[in-house]
Amino acid sequence: MQFTNFPLAPPSASNFSQEYDVLFYTLTGLTVFFTLVVSVAVIFFAIRYRQGTKADRSRPMYENLFLELTWTIVPLVLGLVMFYFGTSLYVKMRTPPRNSTEIFVIGKQWMWHVQHGNGVRENNTLHVPVGQPVKLTMISQDVLHAFYIPAFRVQEHVVPGRYTQLWFTATQAGEYHLFCNMYCGTQHSEMGGKVVAMPPKEFAEWLANGGQSVAPMSMEQAGAKLFNKVGCNNCHGAEDTLRAPSLNGIFGKRRVFADGTSLIADEEYMRSSILRPYDHITAGYGQTMPVYEGQLTEEDVLNLVAYMKVMGTSSPNPPTSNINRHSGPSAVSGSNEATSLAANAAQWNTADPDATPTRRVGSPAVGAVAAQGRNR
Amino acid sequence: MSSTGKVTGELQHQPQTEEVNYLNNGHTIASWLLTGDHKRIAMLYLISTTFFFFLGSLAAGLVRFELTSPAGVVLESETYNKVFSSHGILMIFTFLVVAIPAIFGNFLIPLMIGARDLAFPRLNLASWYMFMTGGILILIGFIAGGVDTGWTFYTPYSSMYSNTQVSLVLVGVFIGGFSSITTGVNFVATIHKMRAPGMTWFRLPLFVWAMYATSLLLILGTPVVAITLLLVVFERLFKLPIFSPELGGDPVLFQHLFWFYSHPAVYIMILPAFGVISELIANFSRKRIFGYHFVAFSSIAIAGLGFLVWGHHMFVSSQSMYESVVFSLISFLVAVPSAIKIFNWTTTMYKGNVRLQSPMLFAIFFLLIFTVGGLTGLYLGCIGTDVHLTATYFVVAHFHYVMVGGTMLGFLGALHYWWPKMTGRLYSENIARATAYIVFVGFNLTFFPQFILGWMGMPRRYHYYYFAPEFQAYHIMSSLGASVLGLGFILPAFYLTMSLINGKKAGPNPWQAHGLEWETSSPPPTANFLETPIVMDEVYDFDPVSEHQQNMADLEKREASDNDGNMPIEDHD
Repeated sequence: MQFTNFPLAPPSASNFSQEYDVLFYTLTGLTVFFTLVVSVAVIFFAIRYRQGTKADRSRPMYENLFLELTWTIVPLVLGLVMFYFGTSLYVKMRTPPRNSTEIFVIGKQWMWHVQHGNGVRENNTLHVPVGQPVKLTMISQDVLHAFYIPAFRVQEHVVPGRYTQLWFTATQAGEYHLFCNMYCGTQHSEMGGKVVAMPPKEFAEWLANGGQSVAPMSMEQAGAKLFNKVGCNNCHGAEDTLRAPSLNGIFGKRRVFADGTSLIADEEYMRSSILRPYDHITAGYGQTMPVYEGQLTEEDVLNLVAYMKVMGTSSPNPPTSNINRHSGPSAVSGSNEATSLAANAAQWNTADPDATPTRRVGSPAVGAVAAQGRNR
Repeated sequence: MSSTGKVTGELQHQPQTEEVNYLNNGHTIASWLLTGDHKRIAMLYLISTTFFFFLGSLAAGLVRFELTSPAGVVLESETYNKVFSSHGILMIFTFLVVAIPAIFGNFLIPLMIGARDLAFPRLNLASWYMFMTGGILILIGFIAGGVDTGWTFYTPYSSMYSNTQVSLVLVGVFIGGFSSITTGVNFVATIHKMRAPGMTWFRLPLFVWAMYATSLLLILGTPVVAITLLLVVFERLFKLPIFSPELGGDPVLFQHLFWFYSHPAVYIMILPAFGVISELIANFSRKRIFGYHFVAFSSIAIAGLGFLVWGHHMFVSSQSMYESVVFSLISFLVAVPSAIKIFNWTTTMYKGNVRLQSPMLFAIFFLLIFTVGGLTGLYLGCIGTDVHLTATYFVVAHFHYVMVGGTMLGFLGALHYWWPKMTGRLYSENIARATAYIVFVGFNLTFFPQFILGWMGMPRRYHYYYFAPEFQAYHIMSSLGASVLGLGFILPAFYLTMSLINGKKAGPNPWQAHGLEWETSSPPPTANFLETPIVMDEVYDFDPVSEHQQNMADLEKREASDNDGNMPIEDHD
């Protein structure tokens, strides 16, 4: 989300927000207008009729039925017009369409618990598809809460002992604030999270993946992602360069070092060379690689080693789990060339970790690996 | 004024009796604590509500300080919740609801209608004791651990979940509520039965009309909230199943009962200020109020319709859609009488002889701020827009524009206007005017940013907002404004106290105002009037035309004598 120090309006991201904003700004116009009328009149009279000024005071007025009726009827009519439009918006807000996707929300001190129709659960986050009406059926387990999404202009109390409902259609993919807006005790202010609006296909994919933003990955896939993320690919390419040797196919090969010794490149060698590269400098290279000790977890290193073993020789294996990650056409598999990985890597490195899922739309070059690896 | 001159002239024939006034008629503590004099009881209320006001302001200052940083500054969330709850409870139940009726209503109603005292002086004293008992119980609750429910005490949090001193504080509010009821009964009886000869209903000052409407609300509304809060106590202590669904109750029922009082309570807080503003605008424009009947009956209309709009606090509470629509419609209707008042006050200044002394400055700033406060209420009465804005800082800003900008400015205006009458002393007019400007600037800087915060979606009662750092700039602005506003509230405490020591003697009518209270000495004698006044003239019976001609004659005389071009505005006397 982009913000300056003095933002003037919340994001506008649901089917209600446009109509809402028209009403809001109309009311703001009326407020500014009448405030100006009163202020200008008061200040003008205070100056012009200040005691001792020469302004004409003849024939002072004390009653005037026409004026009284004017400032009774004009505000009344304006009020009734606003009432009509406000009520018509509200009735829409209270009438969910029949084809709404149902999602269930439970509020409890101090978290939101969300259950999707297929059993997928999430806490303090609500994933919804863009462009499809979503109906929330909500109940509280303890005290009153209120489910409030400012960007969608919707809010409803979440009450113990009865269901309440809320519906909306997200119109803009992105992440938005989710607040509890009914005081509920000590950590009330922290009872919230985010609403993630995703394009319908990605939402379907997300849902099918069991509510994981990331499909389960093989170690090689995880390693490939990490290889690009931590910047290995900046130097270790498909060919040897002046800066660094290529790592393609090094597993099991003998490596000759600057001090004349040599070793077979096994898992242990690869681990130590990642963490402490200067223990063994490959002949012909300087001390340019950063030390990764303390930067990576053992899990990361295992994944990297697994990837390095297959680099340049075969594609990263698809995960062995049976989750259907091909439900969406954006999950194009098989883009396994090192070059396309590097392309993906460039995209990974520039991508904001909190990037919205929209950026993924229409980039078939983003293979299963990197696309699904984002946005964990 | 001719009538004023006549009566003070009579008083001057009896110099001995003039010296004895209600303040020096008895110096013992018992003579104050056992008094039946409505003026002394008003002073007791003035001291006690000011004390509660400054406690509530301290809590407000702490809240504003804490919100300058998205992750808090010094408090834990638990403490923060107790602090904002204390602020709300003290300000609503021990200041706003009580202040203008119990101080100025008590002091002025008998003086304005030409009576010796209220109808039931001992009941009046008893209501101060009930108020103090309630207030002290609330303070004991705060000291013994505090309350973290907010001033609204929503169930089932308050009845089943909060582990704080809810019961004690609720009993305090309950007992304090009786003080409201008895005060209301006292005022209604007095206004009906004790008006001086000639003081017809339509010669009543508009302040009295406003107090009459307020009293009706106090009598009809307070018992409902008192019983409701007592039920919460019973549910807490004895598990009486009323509001908690775990016991078989209905949590939303509490909101209906609570707002049935608490929406009228908003009018209990603002109607007395309306009355004050009517007095100030008429007396400082030196002109009969424009549309007297419309202003008077709009107070009654507000009091009547005010009972039928409570559901607009509950548009998203799970109440039925059809209920919400009806409540929204009536909410738009109740806005109209307030608009009528604003326009009538504004028009009163037209062709008047406006004196911009400090009480009038407060009245003018009231008009500017209350207009914004009233109009922003439309966003919340308009059902569609309320869904997004309810319970956000927009609501906080709106009700502070009404309660601080409205009631508090009305209170300050009243304090500055009637201070010479109550104490017999004049304060420094220059500092008072400066204070009015400081309060106006500080107020807007504090609360205007909160409108934008609410529109952005910042929920009220949030301690942390580190997950939404875009709110911080507005919170800092608001806290800066609160510092300025705080200065504006502390200053009067000093210069008004100083005026008691070295202020000039005020005389019976330092403002050349019109009204029975200005026809007796300042401070008034215990019996108010040495003879029962007979009212011959209309209310606010100024003559702007001849006064203007007099001013012009003075101006010409002055311009002839010295050509310095100063405007002949006299401050006092």
